[in-house]
Amino acid sequence: MTAPTPTVSTPPVVGAADGSRRRRRAPRVWLGALPLLVFAGLCFGLPVGALLYGAVTRDDPATGGTALTGEHLQRSLQGPYLTSLIGSVELSALTAVIGTVLGMLIAQAVVTSRGTVLRNGVLTASGVLANFGGIPLAFAFVATLGISGVVTQLGHLDDLGWNLYSFTGLTIIYLYFLVPLMVLVSVPALDGLRPQWREAAQNAGATSWQFWRHVGLPVLAPSLLGGFVLLFGSAFAAHATAAALVGGSVPLVTLKIADALSGNVLVGQENVALALSLDMIVIAGLVMAVYLPLQRRSTRWLH
Amino acid sequence: MAALTPTATPAAPAPAAPRKARDGGAARARRRPRVWRGAVLFLAGLYFLVPLLSSFVFTVRIPGQGLTFDAYTGILSAEGFTESLLLSLGLAAATILLALLLTVPALVAVRLGAPRLAPLVEIVCMLPLVVPPIALVTGVTTVLRWGPDHLSRTPLYQTFLAVQNESFPVVLVLAYTVLALPFVYRSLDAGLRAIDVPTLVEAARNCGASRPYVILRVILPNLRSSLAGASFLTLALVLGEFTIASLLGFRPFAVWIVTVSGAEARMSVAVSLLSLLITWALLLVLSRAGTRASSAAAPAPPAASAPSTAPAPAASSVSGKE
Repeated sequence: MTAPTPTVSTPPVVGAADGSRRRRRAPRVWLGALPLLVFAGLCFGLPVGALLYGAVTRDDPATGGTALTGEHLQRSLQGPYLTSLIGSVELSALTAVIGTVLGMLIAQAVVTSRGTVLRNGVLTASGVLANFGGIPLAFAFVATLGISGVVTQLGHLDDLGWNLYSFTGLTIIYLYFLVPLMVLVSVPALDGLRPQWREAAQNAGATSWQFWRHVGLPVLAPSLLGGFVLLFGSAFAAHATAAALVGGSVPLVTLKIADALSGNVLVGQENVALALSLDMIVIAGLVMAVYLPLQRRSTRWLH
Repeated sequence: MAALTPTATPAAPAPAAPRKARDGGAARARRRPRVWRGAVLFLAGLYFLVPLLSSFVFTVRIPGQGLTFDAYTGILSAEGFTESLLLSLGLAAATILLALLLTVPALVAVRLGAPRLAPLVEIVCMLPLVVPPIALVTGVTTVLRWGPDHLSRTPLYQTFLAVQNESFPVVLVLAYTVLALPFVYRSLDAGLRAIDVPTLVEAARNCGASRPYVILRVILPNLRSSLAGASFLTLALVLGEFTIASLLGFRPFAVWIVTVSGAEARMSVAVSLLSLLITWALLLVLSRAGTRASSAAAPAPPAASAPSTAPAPAASSVSGKE
């Protein structure tokens, strides 16, 4: 906003006109952000506020009053609910580790290859597959590795004790969208590794291993960790795939919340659902608190 | 996202030149990476193609009866298919419109005259990432329950009912917009970062253009590829969304697939495959539109549209979270 616009009617006092204009214009420009903030307050702040409120209060049917209580949170960290939280964290951590490693390997294979056709193909495919989650993914895997799935039938996997509706099965399915996501995240990072660094290391007599150990991985570490955190968050929040697939056979916190919400369990579980949701938000919040600074750092180094 | 944007391609040939010189000297060292690369890509291809191929085989082959395309031909006449798909498409259109109408003015305003709002806008847009859809829906149901419980005598109650209208649940549009905010924000932010908004606006204003004209004819055309990217991500999100819709009791596309899977397993797999193909086609169309737009968007300096992607890839997956 440095250059004053020529609509000012008193040209001799440019400085003063500029100053007064700016003062008058500032609130109007600010208004552009207002709808977004109001919307976020109403449609995001209100539900989240209601969630927090419900998680820490209890309605007393006798007096009709509301009292603060820690019992819902406490119950959400006990018994089957705790098991489901741990199950979700385990599944997310495992899939995120495998996804990070495999995604990096594929990205490195793509980055070091010379064909732009391969590169574009892999990137487009990753863009699509990273979005191929939820219900359709679950059914594609049911058709492949389910009880009457094509691969199960061909390889007689059920005789080997294969079961898609299990922790291992879910891991394999989650990787189907997590690995492409990691490829998308790490290709720009690997592109940022300058060939000069590698040449410099080679000229100094470093082996390939030494290059990666002392140069490549430290530079990539923020992007790698950021990718890991992103995958963890995606896997942690995933619900539809698991819901369509395993029902209740794998304890996951998203499934427990859905059960409690849809009234599949005892009445009065809504508050526990709220408390579980709060647990999830806390975990996801911790994860994001790690991710955002890392992402900022990696963009600073690699550009 | 990376696929939507042309940056990836020009970057590729650059490292090739030095490598070629190096490889000439060390032919033996080169062979090992090549084997390694081939193996990685082959295994990855196998893992990603087998489920798609076997899903297709699953839909067309009935054991003992041979091939049939009933699962595909029956889709259109299946009960509820058209309504649920139309509902999902309508929700997607409304969500894209609402999300863009909210974020574009906010981001442009931040760049034009209210830089102090930038952190607030960023935090507001990124916060939904911390709240998984299932947590958001528990909050939404709590709020919706207030309607009958506390507000039944106030005029607000009518709003609560209207928002939950079966034929077009506005509440889903609102919830989906919240979920889409982080992705839309990142896509637009990357696009805006690549163009010099204040200079463009001043140049246009000095030429006598009105403020709305500047936004519509100067800023938006320069943002075309990030607008396309944001729309694609939102569309993919809404079409695949299951959690919120099913828990609130509505029946858009993803929920319909699950309902139909009990009786028609073959058809549910067929629809799943088709939805993947549709996503793929949309992505190709949009990336085409994005590249063409960035070469056609004359007012911007040619270099400006190129780096639009860099920070975006993290925003790429949406429905994977579902």
